[in-house]
Amino acid sequence: MNKTVEERERVVVRFAGDSGDGMQLAGGRFTDATAVLGNDLATLPDFPAEIRAPAGTIPGVSAFQIHFASRDILTPGDAPNVLVAMNPAALKANLPALPRGATIIVNEDAFTRRNLEKAGYPVSPLEDDTLAEFTVHRVPMTTLTARASEGLEGVGTRDAGRAKNLFALGLLSWLYDRPTDVTERWIEGKFASKPAAKAANLAAFRAGWSFGETTELLDVQYKILPATDVEPGTYRQVNGTTATALGLLAGSVRSGLPLLLASYPITPASELLHELSKHERLGVRTVQAEDEIAAAGVALGAAFGGHLGITSTSGPGMDLKAETIGLALMLELPMVIVDVQRAGPSTGLPTKTEQSDLLMAMYGRHGDAPLPIVAAQTPGDCFRSAFEAVQIAIERRTPVILLTDGFLANSSEPWRIPELSELPEIDPAFAKEIGAEERFLPYARDERGVRPWAPPGTPGLEHRIGGIEKQDGTGNISYDPANHQTMTRLRAEKVAKIADELPPLAVDDPDGDADVLVIGWGSTYGSIRAGVRRVRDRGLRVAQAHVRHISPLPSNIGEVLRAYDKVLVPEMNTGQLVKLLRAEFLVDCTPYNKVTGQPLYAAELEEAIVELIEAPTEVTA
Amino acid sequence: MSATLPLSNGNGADHRLTKADFQSDQETRWCPGCGDYAILNAVQTLMPDLGVPTEKTVFVTGIGCAGRFAYYMDTYGMHSIHGRAATIATGLATTREDLSIWVVSGDGDALSIGGNHLIHALRRNVPVKILLFNNQIYGLTKGQASPTSERGKITKSTPFGSLDKPFNPIALALGAEATFVARTLDRDRRHMTEVLRQAAEHRGASLVEIYQNCPVFNDGAFFNLTEKDTKVAAQIRLEHGQPIVFGPEEARRGVARAQDGGLELVDAVGNEQRLLVHDQHRDDPSLAFALARLADRPTEPTPIGIFRQVQRPVHGAAASENPGRAAGDLTALDGLLHAGDTWTVA
Ligand SMILES: Cc1ncc(C[n+]2csc(CCOP(=O)(O)OP(=O)(O)O)c2C)c(N)n1
Ligand code: SF4
Ligand SMILES: [Mg+2]
Repeated sequence: MNKTVEERERVVVRFAGDSGDGMQLAGGRFTDATAVLGNDLATLPDFPAEIRAPAGTIPGVSAFQIHFASRDILTPGDAPNVLVAMNPAALKANLPALPRGATIIVNEDAFTRRNLEKAGYPVSPLEDDTLAEFTVHRVPMTTLTARASEGLEGVGTRDAGRAKNLFALGLLSWLYDRPTDVTERWIEGKFASKPAAKAANLAAFRAGWSFGETTELLDVQYKILPATDVEPGTYRQVNGTTATALGLLAGSVRSGLPLLLASYPITPASELLHELSKHERLGVRTVQAEDEIAAAGVALGAAFGGHLGITSTSGPGMDLKAETIGLALMLELPMVIVDVQRAGPSTGLPTKTEQSDLLMAMYGRHGDAPLPIVAAQTPGDCFRSAFEAVQIAIERRTPVILLTDGFLANSSEPWRIPELSELPEIDPAFAKEIGAEERFLPYARDERGVRPWAPPGTPGLEHRIGGIEKQDGTGNISYDPANHQTMTRLRAEKVAKIADELPPLAVDDPDGDADVLVIGWGSTYGSIRAGVRRVRDRGLRVAQAHVRHISPLPSNIGEVLRAYDKVLVPEMNTGQLVKLLRAEFLVDCTPYNKVTGQPLYAAELEEAIVELIEAPTEVTA
Repeated sequence: MSATLPLSNGNGADHRLTKADFQSDQETRWCPGCGDYAILNAVQTLMPDLGVPTEKTVFVTGIGCAGRFAYYMDTYGMHSIHGRAATIATGLATTREDLSIWVVSGDGDALSIGGNHLIHALRRNVPVKILLFNNQIYGLTKGQASPTSERGKITKSTPFGSLDKPFNPIALALGAEATFVARTLDRDRRHMTEVLRQAAEHRGASLVEIYQNCPVFNDGAFFNLTEKDTKVAAQIRLEHGQPIVFGPEEARRGVARAQDGGLELVDAVGNEQRLLVHDQHRDDPSLAFALARLADRPTEPTPIGIFRQVQRPVHGAAASENPGRAAGDLTALDGLLHAGDTWTVA
């Protein structure tokens, strides 16, 4: 039949189902096809906290959202235009996020009495006016999937039953005209050794596609043209975890130091351990330690040995590492601590995102213990941030905290693969052997305040380091009061001097005449940019800046802050960067905070910015 | 661009190492009469015999009086944090198989705050030599009860006597699947040297418990085992391949299997057939465990020497072609960056 084809600039689709329904897989495949098509995109998976919450219940709902467009986009989207709901619980859990007029595609077969009960629907929402404001398509996906694999050799009901996510994927792929070959190739590779599953999945995928093409249920197909406003280059899709792993690996290759990652499993940081464990060929060692304290110790031991020592964790694991980080700082050895932030305190919301470890990264150690902190901004940007963390750690002989978060770790976006020439060489500059008459001074410093790094093995450089305060230069134990003051200052200056070589904070203020500056850090980058764009689309002026280096802060940041009448600081915490900025620069800043475990949305930021623009400026005498 | 680690042995063939090569210029700061001096002396004397140059030797220590050890050895060293030396040594051993790594720890350091790390280092068979200076007290923090202090011990933190059952470090190590477990005495230089030598030669993790006198906070805790008048009757010296006998010639005693399957002390004369012959290489650790539990306190006849020494795969032994030996090269990195589906925007 003849269908209308309409063009759309951008669409947000959310796949939702039971955690056993394979929604993450369907979403991931849709994303790949979308990436290959050349749309810009951003994704956000939303997992349940329990591994096996009872099937069909609301706690068991798993969702995956993708925002794709023919122009540069910044976030996974605030609200879906299309919801695919595989059962009543998925519908119920996601309904509040849907704007009026959105499209809902449900697996009609799953709306049984039992499932409705489990989701807490006394009456089927398909039968009453619950969904009156939406366009609803009822598709018997389970039946159609089963029918598609009828007669296929070796395919049992089990294989067929499991493939309904591929049916949904096929249907959505038709609806948005995604290339099918990418998905079919993937199915063939994935199930190469399981012919029955391969046949069932291919059949389900194709059946979904044909259903869209042939039935009258859906009468419009949408096209989203490839994005044109992207930087030339070779692209791939990455999530923040992969990008972090690649950035750390690039740091290892460019420094020539083999990478050791020591970690203890914890959500969402475990994924980085899994990812790096694959790369033994690139010299990677991973150690699953007995706890986070041990993991930090193992990484530090590797650093002492002249390797690239890295430890990764989330939430409570960060608390446990504090003492070892303090030791690394005192020893002045390189080490990278990757903190994939999650909602706290305590166990908090393990699968939900938050940026509430900033002050802990800054101050969460006893004593005056400053260290560099780098915060990644987008999934792809985790690469650059991780590389930079490695570079700073090695060149400055210091532990560096790399802050990412659950949102960055799990979301994906197209990422321009850097040319090798864009990755500078990192020189570990190990201390050289010295003559017999010379004396090695492990705490002598160069003009950047950096001490020599002499891993065991070099004759003549035998020396002892430790956590007790050291004498300036010799590194011997010293209880001298003046020396402690000196060493405290030298350690702080060493970190502060890093700012001399960092790029200044860039401000996006197109006409240079905005009164309001929005400044953020970390994963809110996309939402803030999107919010700012909306404000400008309304004809209002607003400037925007994003802090990548939390410590030391960029050298021009004070100037930037003072150049604006009002400063808005949106964060997914109760106000951490804002405290830092006020304390350091004595400027008033307006916080905007949210701790729901969800990312900030462009719409709420738009509102917050406009409100601040329109607020009367206080006149101080 | 690739940074290579300096792995050469700088001591020319003509330079024979001496004890002095292992003595740092730092002044020792233990209390007069502390058992730690004797251990330091024994270690520094033994080192040249091991044939490992100073630059390839590393001491990683925890916090406590024992932890100061690192500063006195003219090798590479790290005085780390309380209880965590085993973790740092694990990281070092994982990445640097060319080094001889020693951990020095106290009873509080290794068994209280660092207990978790100790058992895991032993379980993993990390190639490090762990010296546990057991003085049954917290020395550095001035005399609180430790996890090896006896029940009823009056200390500053237990004015009415310690209530808790102490650990038996040897039994603990055996339970943690340690492959080398030994006990020696600070006041028996020869025995200590021999045990340390064997620990150094062991492939894998070795745990050596050293009964160490703290004259300030727990004086004489091991005198039964170390002093002239009592030691002959109290030391049960384990010697591989030899019947386990002890005591003065005129009243020789020995260790035998009791009827209930446990161990008992018997007169050596008349029980020759029943005496156990020590086999430190026995794969089954149950006999070593029973020997470890023979004495509840050092006031009783107590086994010293090597309880167990067996071979087991060592942590970090290569499982793949290039685990952690050399960083990847640019081609490999470029390949990895381009893995999966890619597309080009002109
Ligand atoms: C995290 C931490 N907690 C507590 C201490 C204080 N502390 C230092 S040494 C020590 C106990 C030392 O006892 P032991 O390990 O038996 O060593 P010894 O001094 O007896 O040789 C304690 C509790 C510390 N340094 N760090
Ligand atoms: S307190 Fe005891 S263990 Fe510590 S140095 Fe003094 S005597 Fe030795
Ligand atoms: Mg002690």
